[in-house]
Amino acid sequence: MSLAEVTDLSPFTHRHSDGTASMEFAVEGINCGGCIGRIEKSLKQLSGVDDARLNFTNRRLTIAWTDPHFDPSQAVETLARMGYRAHPFRQRASEEYEAQEAQSLLRYLAVAGFAAMNIMLLSVSVWSGNVTDITPETRDLFHWLSAAIALPAAAYAGQPFFRSALSALRVRQVNMDVPISLGILLALGMSLVETANHAEHAYFDSAVMLIFFLLCGRYLDQAMRRRTRAVAGNLAALKAEFAHRLLESGEVVRIPASAVHVNDRLLIRPGERIPADGVVVGGQSHVDESLVTGETAPRMAEAGATLYAGSINLAGAITLRVTAAGHNTLLDEIDRLLDKAVKDKSRYVQLADRAARYYAPVVHTAAAATFVGWMLAGQSTHFAIITAISVLIITCPCALALAIPAVQVVAAGTLFRSGIFLNAGNAIERLAEVDTIVFDKTGTLTLPEPCVVNAGEIDTLLLDHAARLALSSRHPLAGALARYRGQREPFPDVAEEPGQGIRTTFEGKEMRLGSTAFCGLSVPQELTDRYPGASLIAFRHGNREAVLAIHQALRPDAAETVRALAAQGITLSILSGDRAAAVEPVARDLGITDWRAGLNPAEKVAMLSGLKARGRHVLMVGDGINDAPSLASADVSISPITAADISQAQADAVFVSDRLEPVLQAVVMARKARRLMRENLWLAAVYNAFAVPIAMAGFVTPLIAAAAMSGSSLLVTLNALRARTLRQRPVERESAPAREVTA
Amino acid sequence: MSVLVYLVPIALGLGLTGLFAFLWSLRAGQYDDLDGAALRILEDDDLRDSNHA
Repeated sequence: MSLAEVTDLSPFTHRHSDGTASMEFAVEGINCGGCIGRIEKSLKQLSGVDDARLNFTNRRLTIAWTDPHFDPSQAVETLARMGYRAHPFRQRASEEYEAQEAQSLLRYLAVAGFAAMNIMLLSVSVWSGNVTDITPETRDLFHWLSAAIALPAAAYAGQPFFRSALSALRVRQVNMDVPISLGILLALGMSLVETANHAEHAYFDSAVMLIFFLLCGRYLDQAMRRRTRAVAGNLAALKAEFAHRLLESGEVVRIPASAVHVNDRLLIRPGERIPADGVVVGGQSHVDESLVTGETAPRMAEAGATLYAGSINLAGAITLRVTAAGHNTLLDEIDRLLDKAVKDKSRYVQLADRAARYYAPVVHTAAAATFVGWMLAGQSTHFAIITAISVLIITCPCALALAIPAVQVVAAGTLFRSGIFLNAGNAIERLAEVDTIVFDKTGTLTLPEPCVVNAGEIDTLLLDHAARLALSSRHPLAGALARYRGQREPFPDVAEEPGQGIRTTFEGKEMRLGSTAFCGLSVPQELTDRYPGASLIAFRHGNREAVLAIHQALRPDAAETVRALAAQGITLSILSGDRAAAVEPVARDLGITDWRAGLNPAEKVAMLSGLKARGRHVLMVGDGINDAPSLASADVSISPITAADISQAQADAVFVSDRLEPVLQAVVMARKARRLMRENLWLAAVYNAFAVPIAMAGFVTPLIAAAAMSGSSLLVTLNALRARTLRQRPVERESAPAREVTA
Repeated sequence: MSVLVYLVPIALGLGLTGLFAFLWSLRAGQYDDLDGAALRILEDDDLRDSNHA
C-alpha cells in the first residue's frame, strides 16, 4: 500500500488519563544495535513526539506524545524513509496476561531464591554443628529462624503448585502438582513439629529448595511460550488487514479491518481480501472463496451478491455494504466448530500427568509401608512417622517435574531457531505420537499464490505486457498473472470478448490475451505434457506470441519431504476443499494415494474424527479459514505463516518457509524430544529406586535430601540440553535458513 | 554465641536487600528488553556534541 494514502490510525492509539497518548508499532528491518539509536533519535526530532522507545528484544516501538495535532502516521513515514516498515500494533489480551504471569513467576522465584539461600545458610551451620559442638539452644534458634523464613516464603512462592493441585483434586484427578504440594506441606509441617520438640533435623531447606527448582522449570517453560507469542503477535501486525472506507464525500480512507462497522461502504480493489461480510452495491467482479470454502474456482459477484469475509476480490473494483463485521460473520459458524474441537483436544493427557498417575500411588504406598513396617518392628510411633514422611520428602518429584518441561523448553527453542513456532506447550508430545498426516492442498502443499511456471522461457517485456493487459480482465487467471508480475497500470481502451479474452491496440499493433484459439494459436502439446493440470493463457502482440502456463506450483521440496515423512512410517493423505481435477495431479506428483476432494469444513472434521476413532494420531497441516476447524480437531496441527489469522490461532505450530520441510523437522524433533523425556523419566525413576530404600531404612538426613534433590535435577536438565541440536536428515541437503521474521 | 545477635540480622538484612532490589528492578522494567540493553551501552549518546552530524 502506498504511504500517500490517508491511514486512520486512531483505533491503535492509547489515550492516557493525563492527556498523553501512545502507540505501539511492530517494526520490520531492525537487525543491528545501531538501529536503536537511529530510530529513537529521528523520531524524537519529530515535532510533537515526547518519547520514542524501541524494545530490541521483541522489535516493538512505543512512541508517546501530548500534542493533540500530532499524527502518528508521520512516524510511520519517517521510519519508511529510513528503510524500516512499521505496523501499528495492538497487544492481544492473551499476550498481556502471559506477561503478567511471567512477572509473578519471577517474583515467586525471587522470594523462593532468597528463602532458599538464607535457610541454607542456617542449615549448613546446623549440619556442621551437629557433627561438632553446636548447642541445642543455638540449633533450636536456627530452626525457628528457618521456620520464620520458610513458612511465609512457601505460602507465597508455592501458590502456583497449590492452586494447580487443588484444581486437579477438585475434579478428582491427580497431576504432578499433587505429590509436589503434599511433599512441601508435609516437609514443612513435620519440620515445625520437630523443631518444637528440639529435634536434630528439620527439612525447611528441602521444602524451599524444591519450590525454587520447580519454579525455575516453570519460568523457563513460560518464557519460551511468551517469546513465541511475541513473534506471532508481530507477524499478525505485519499481516494486519486494512479496508478502504468510502466516506459520504466520496473520499477513501484506509482503516484497519478491525474498525469496520455494519453499514459502512467499503471499496474493495482487485487482489484485496474482503474484510467483512456484505452485499455488493456497485461494480462487478469474481471472488476467490477458497479460504472460506476451499473451492478454487472463482464465483461471480455483482450487485446484490452476498460476499463473505476472507474471500479475495480477483477482478474489478467493487463497493460493498457491510452487513456483518467482526464477530457476526460467517466465521461464527466456523468458530462454533472450533470451540467444540478445542474442547475435544483438551482431553489429551500429558506425559507428566500420566507419570503422576502411577507415581503418586506408588510413593504414597511406600510411605505407608514404611510407617507400618517400623511400627511392626517395634519402633516408636514418632520414629515411624518421621521416617515415612522422609520417604515422601525424598521422593518429592523434583527431577520428575523438571524432566518434561526442561526437554520441552530446549526442543521448542531449537524449533524456534529453525523457524517453527509452537503455540501450545504440549504440542511436542502430541507431535511425537503422530502416525498419520493429513494435508490441505491449496497454500499448504502448493505455494500460496499461483505463478507462471514457464516464465523463464518467455521474453520479460512480453510477459510484462501480458500482465499489464491482464489487469483489465476479470478472469481469475488474468488476475493471478497481473499479481505475479506486480503490474498496476492497465492499458487504455481494452475491449473484452466474453468467454474469449481481451484485446487492445498498443504501439500500433493489436494485442490479445485469452484462450489459445482467441489468439490464433494452437495448444502446444509439449507444454501440456510438461505441466499437466496447468491452465494456459495465450498472448499475442503483433506477430510476437507466447503461451503462458499458470499453475499453483508445489512447494519446492514437497515431493522430497513427503517421501521422507513416508520413510518415517507415517501415513499421508490429502483432504481438500478443491475440485477433484485440481487435487488429483498434486496427489499423483507427490505419490499420495489417499486423497479426497470437494470437502467442506464439517466433512473434513468428520473424516478426521473417523481417523481418530480408528486410533490414528493425526497431524493436520493446513492454512485456509476452512481448515481452522480441522486444525483444531486433529490431534496436533501445523500451519504455514501465510495462513489466515484464524487458522494460525488454532494451529499448534506455525512455520515460516516456502518449503514444506519444517513439517518433517517438527516431527523428527518431537520424536527426539519424546525420547529424551522418556530417558529423563527413567533417570528420575532410577534416582527414586536408590533414594527410597535409604529413606525407608531411616537413614535420610536433610543433608542427603538436599544433595540428592539437586543432583537429580541437574542430571535431567543436562540430559534435556541434548535436544539443542536437530540432527540433519538427508533431505536437508541445502538447509534453507528461516527468513528473519521478528524484524 | 552473642555474636549471632549481630550476624544473623545482618545476613538476613543483606538477603532482604537483594530481594527488594530485584523486585524493584522487576517492577521498573529492567528486564523488559534484555537484548536491547546489551546494545544500548555501545551508543555514543554522551559524545553527541563532538560527534553529531
